[in-house]
Amino acid sequence: MKIEILGTGCTKCKALEEAAKQAVAKSGKFAQVEKVEDIMKIMEYGVMSTPGLVIDGKVVSTGKLLSVDEIVDMIKAN
Amino acid sequence: MWYELSKEFIYGFAGMEGRLADALHFFIYDTVKIWFLLLTIIFAVSFLRTWVNTEYVRAHLQGKSALYGHVGASLFGIITPFCSCSAIPLFLGFIQARIPVGVTFSYLISAPMNNEIAIAMLFGLFGWKVTAIYIAFGLTVAVIGGYLIGKTGAEKEILLDVKPTDSELDAELVKLTLKERAKEAWRYTSDIFRKIYLYVLLGVGVGAWIHGYIPTDFIARYTGEGNPFAVIIAVIMGIPMYSNAAGVMPLVEVLTGKGMLLGTALSFMMAVTALSLPEALILKKILSLKLIGIFFTIAGSGIIVIGYLFNAIL
Repeated sequence: MKIEILGTGCTKCKALEEAAKQAVAKSGKFAQVEKVEDIMKIMEYGVMSTPGLVIDGKVVSTGKLLSVDEIVDMIKAN
Repeated sequence: MWYELSKEFIYGFAGMEGRLADALHFFIYDTVKIWFLLLTIIFAVSFLRTWVNTEYVRAHLQGKSALYGHVGASLFGIITPFCSCSAIPLFLGFIQARIPVGVTFSYLISAPMNNEIAIAMLFGLFGWKVTAIYIAFGLTVAVIGGYLIGKTGAEKEILLDVKPTDSELDAELVKLTLKERAKEAWRYTSDIFRKIYLYVLLGVGVGAWIHGYIPTDFIARYTGEGNPFAVIIAVIMGIPMYSNAAGVMPLVEVLTGKGMLLGTALSFMMAVTALSLPEALILKKILSLKLIGIFFTIAGSGIIVIGYLFNAIL
């Protein structure tokens, strides 16, 4: 599983990356967390409100700082 | 209700009198009232906002006529969230959808100007009439300003090459229950409130001091009818104050109470919210300096014209 955090470096984006890492540990699944800062790549996902959360190529959330538990639920659902 | 409570507390319970008591009463009354309104209005707006996000706005504006685009973008600016950190993805995303640059600017002027903090502060300090005038004038500047910027050939001034998508853009709206929406809205509200409540305290504190100690004719001379350049000075001063909008507005309220003309005050507040230096610095990464200059000049002149117009009418 691959989790991508889309964001150009705002504080919320960093916080989401941190939350995603914790969520992966908590979910017990094996997943790779990657931060995408290239604006052109972010645009390819069609995301305009950062931070965005992408799981296996699918955008699951935009413009929100999710809690660890919410991300755990998303990891389990995908 | 707040007024009576705070009056009772200061004059009755603490047994104070005189200037200090007046200032303190004003301070407590204003702070409590504004905090209450901020929480209520930000919650209401962010609750509504769970139905409309930027991606939805883009899908909606795609392929619409110019007039519809400018008006629609300005109106959407009221409800959607905006922070200068998302200005770049927003700009590029709109280009991707072949939305004209002028329409994007209509949105970019309207969204920060009609933000929930400014609206809550205005409503708390000046009442609904001034708030309505502020929003109406703000929309006018956004529609006309965006239109004029579009006419300057702004398309050439974008430094990044974004490929437009040919396919229709769909915005997937997440289905949420009302409870989830309320929870989401509350989280956002408390987040914002934590960031600004101290500024409100500070602004109202300084305002209370002015209210009690600085003579009326002093302020009227510099910001009232006695100074024909008041609007222009107010707009120029407002540009660097973006992050402190919550702290600046209580001051403006006190100044208008002491003779500053309302048009000048409105112009000042629009400049504080709509034109911000951090936003200009961020936009510089994707727009030429020339276009940013045009943006600030057109939006700034629009705001100045509205200030004078308003002062002349009243």
